[in-house]
Amino acid sequence: MEKREGQGIIRLTEVDKSFDDEKVVKKLNLDVREGEFLTMLGPSGCGKTTTLRMIAGFEQPDSGEILLEGRNVAGKKPNERNVNTVFQNYALFPHMNVFDNIAFGLVEKKVKKDEIRTRVQEMIKLVKLDGMEKRMPSQMSGGQKQRVGIARALVNRPKVLLLDEPLGALDLKLRKQMQGELKHLQRRLGITFIYVTHDQEEALTMSDRIAVMNNGILEQVGTPEEVYNHPETKFVADFIGESNILEGYVEHVYEDAIGVTMESGKARIPETGYNSEEMVYLCVRPENLKIDARSHEGFSLRGQVREHIFIGSINKTMIELPNGQMLKAETPAEDELVPVGTVVNIYWNPGKVVVMRTKEEMIYNIIERSVQIEGMPNEPIF
Amino acid sequence: MKKKRKPREFRPGSVAYACLIYLFLYLPIFVVIAFSFNSSKMNIVFEEFTVEWYFKMFDNRQLMDSFVNTVIVAGVSTILSVIIGTLCALGLYRFEFKLKNAISSSLYIPIVIPELVFAIALLSFFSALHVSMSMVTLIIAHVTFSMPFVVITVRARLAGFDRSIEEAARDLGANGFRTFWRVTLPMIAPGVISGGMLALTMSLDDVVVSFFTAGPESTTLPLKILGMVRKGVSPDVNALSTLMIVGTIAILLTSNFIQERLERKL
Amino acid sequence: MNRFFKKHLGVFVTVGPTVLWLGIFLLIPLAYVILMTVLTKNAYGGMDFIFTLENYRNLFANEYLKVFGDSIWLSLQTTVICLVVGYPFAYILANAPKRWKGFLVMLLMLPFWTNSLIRTYGWNTLLRTEGILNHFLQGVGLIDQPLEMLYTDGAVLLGMVYALLPFTVLPLYTSIEKLDKSLLEAGSDLGASRVHVFTRIIFPLTMPGIFAGSIQTFIPSLGFFFISDMMGGAKTMYIGNLIKNQFLSARNWPFGAALSIVLIVITLILMKLYTRVGSLEDMA
Repeated sequence: MEKREGQGIIRLTEVDKSFDDEKVVKKLNLDVREGEFLTMLGPSGCGKTTTLRMIAGFEQPDSGEILLEGRNVAGKKPNERNVNTVFQNYALFPHMNVFDNIAFGLVEKKVKKDEIRTRVQEMIKLVKLDGMEKRMPSQMSGGQKQRVGIARALVNRPKVLLLDEPLGALDLKLRKQMQGELKHLQRRLGITFIYVTHDQEEALTMSDRIAVMNNGILEQVGTPEEVYNHPETKFVADFIGESNILEGYVEHVYEDAIGVTMESGKARIPETGYNSEEMVYLCVRPENLKIDARSHEGFSLRGQVREHIFIGSINKTMIELPNGQMLKAETPAEDELVPVGTVVNIYWNPGKVVVMRTKEEMIYNIIERSVQIEGMPNEPIF
Repeated sequence: MKKKRKPREFRPGSVAYACLIYLFLYLPIFVVIAFSFNSSKMNIVFEEFTVEWYFKMFDNRQLMDSFVNTVIVAGVSTILSVIIGTLCALGLYRFEFKLKNAISSSLYIPIVIPELVFAIALLSFFSALHVSMSMVTLIIAHVTFSMPFVVITVRARLAGFDRSIEEAARDLGANGFRTFWRVTLPMIAPGVISGGMLALTMSLDDVVVSFFTAGPESTTLPLKILGMVRKGVSPDVNALSTLMIVGTIAILLTSNFIQERLERKL
Repeated sequence: MNRFFKKHLGVFVTVGPTVLWLGIFLLIPLAYVILMTVLTKNAYGGMDFIFTLENYRNLFANEYLKVFGDSIWLSLQTTVICLVVGYPFAYILANAPKRWKGFLVMLLMLPFWTNSLIRTYGWNTLLRTEGILNHFLQGVGLIDQPLEMLYTDGAVLLGMVYALLPFTVLPLYTSIEKLDKSLLEAGSDLGASRVHVFTRIIFPLTMPGIFAGSIQTFIPSLGFFFISDMMGGAKTMYIGNLIKNQFLSARNWPFGAALSIVLIVITLILMKLYTRVGSLEDMA
């Protein structure tokens, strides 16, 4: 992963925003580095688009400040900011052809006609729309429209390009192709991209860094590798990729490990720094969850195979824990399947689990419920 | 373009029925047009083809005055309705404010109340203020009943209009006025034109409201005809009516054509 | 106050003119009409500011009740005929081949771009006792004596239907056009005959159009005094002519105002009924 060192080109400090008394962005702090591809990821309504719109100048924050290149932009109109936006629904001017759409910003800046022509042509070439200068937006496909949208923004040579789910309206295949092209474009131009999406796969493949938002709160900022492999919150673990999340508490603290007791069993985790009786979440990716007829050292977790779902190259196996929770395990399609109904031992490679602290109140429920679950052996393993 | 659906067959019964209705709708117009070319002074039998009435009508001062009045009233009230109505539609689209719903629904009052009630209301109002009926009162009346239609037409156009397009213009460096001039206005133009045409036809078509709000000096052509009809109408009225029919249809077809051109571009 | 003004400057500039205009030239005059209904007429054709309910009491005189009855009956006949004639026509238009549709609707609107009075005058010419139609019928030997067609109640009805037919057809056309054709297919697929597809699917779904069309026919028909003047020779008195006379010849404005309240009340009742099935927006 290429990482550029640079000064924060955009800095959001303690930014708050509400609509009709509903807080959509809460105390947001974010630094965007110059030249990076930063993705704001989160479910719809999480505040990511609002954040982007505040940077663009379409919305004003209720409190907190936004710095563009070190300068506070409070009260500045969108036309007074050196950032440009690519819209989800393209927002092309329907009464102008491709050339005029792209030239719009330059005309506003009163750039000379000759220069407009060269710069627009350059952009048309860049987004591979050669020969379509005279087309009207209504005569173009979604993918072509979005290329115009991108060219129209980039021709102004913005410091930062804001992209609001720009590929959201395209079909899967085209989206994949455009993802590659966008990433390539960003590398080539070295412009900072802030990209909003709810598609975690898109975020993982394109970004230098991902900022995960939920309910107006910034949950985690990190490289794709960091947010995927080391989620800091349950939400991040759950939202990015699939996760099996097991609730438990630290029953034993060893020198190099902890013993975690869950409702449906126990596991030994090679982690330190946790106190006895602390509540934790254990997150295991489906590809790391294993099942076996024999038991594995450090695990006393069993479940019953309920279903196999074939999805192309892999099989997804659903395993029901004694408390009713469903776990997912992924195995290569060519592996032999464990028959449905079999009771199996569940384990994972000790390094492939992420432990997260959580609230303490729930511990008693777990102690109570984990005592004995009918029909399941609960032998001590520690 | 790919799918070319086969045009559904016309059913002969349907065609016959539709033709009958169209005949019914056009019959009186044909009568007026036909008799404008009739040499007989009576509108009974067609004697001989002539165009003399088209020249003689210019000698009929009163008739010509009423025609000129009709054109002036329609023109001025259309322009006023379009300006005020478009502004209002933009405001209702762009801003959120307390009385918005009340104002939107009060726009329907002139549409649903019987014209006659509105006409006598204005007549009483003006006479209470000792304003005598004139071209001005006539224009005021016409603007009042046609403006709401402009607001509604332009608003319908704006409703189907993606707000982010205006934001895109702002984002690309256009200020509020430039955004309106370069983006908003061209996009609502078809709605403004059709609203204007609606106002124009309503003004030209009106009898009831004009009847009460026109002064003796500002009679319109329809009022003039209403006054003449009992005594018998002279053939030059046919000629002038024909001109008016042809003129209106020509204006509206042209504007329809322009509108479709604009629409196709969008 | 100043901040309030500043914050809403845009609203004042855009919506303000309309609010002012409609307030002054619509709402105040209408309020004045309501006020007039309780004033007393004086001997000089003017009004005195003396409160009275006399004008409302007069509405219930037999001669006026007959006028209301005749008017409502005429408007009802007009509406029903327009619906019966207009529904099949709207249905044909809505189901016409696509490339014809625009043209056919345009053809429907075209006559109505010309003044209604000129068109009514066309009918007047046609139907006169010494007019074209009689001349033609006598010519082909169908009749010996010219028929009295003009200045009859039938002629008034014809003029009304003629003037209002498009106002019935357009809402009908819109609602039939909007019908999801797959619903009709689903209907026949589920075993409904063509008649049942109409009575159980098309008809209920086009109900808002039927209502809108009826109201847009019924309400104006009450006020079209010039049609009964030109076609009926003012033989039967209708409410429109009565109101006109109160304001112009009889110069009893308070009573005329009270009469127009009757029109408003009828309108309000119909609108109330209408808003149960359709929205106001469909009326325009």
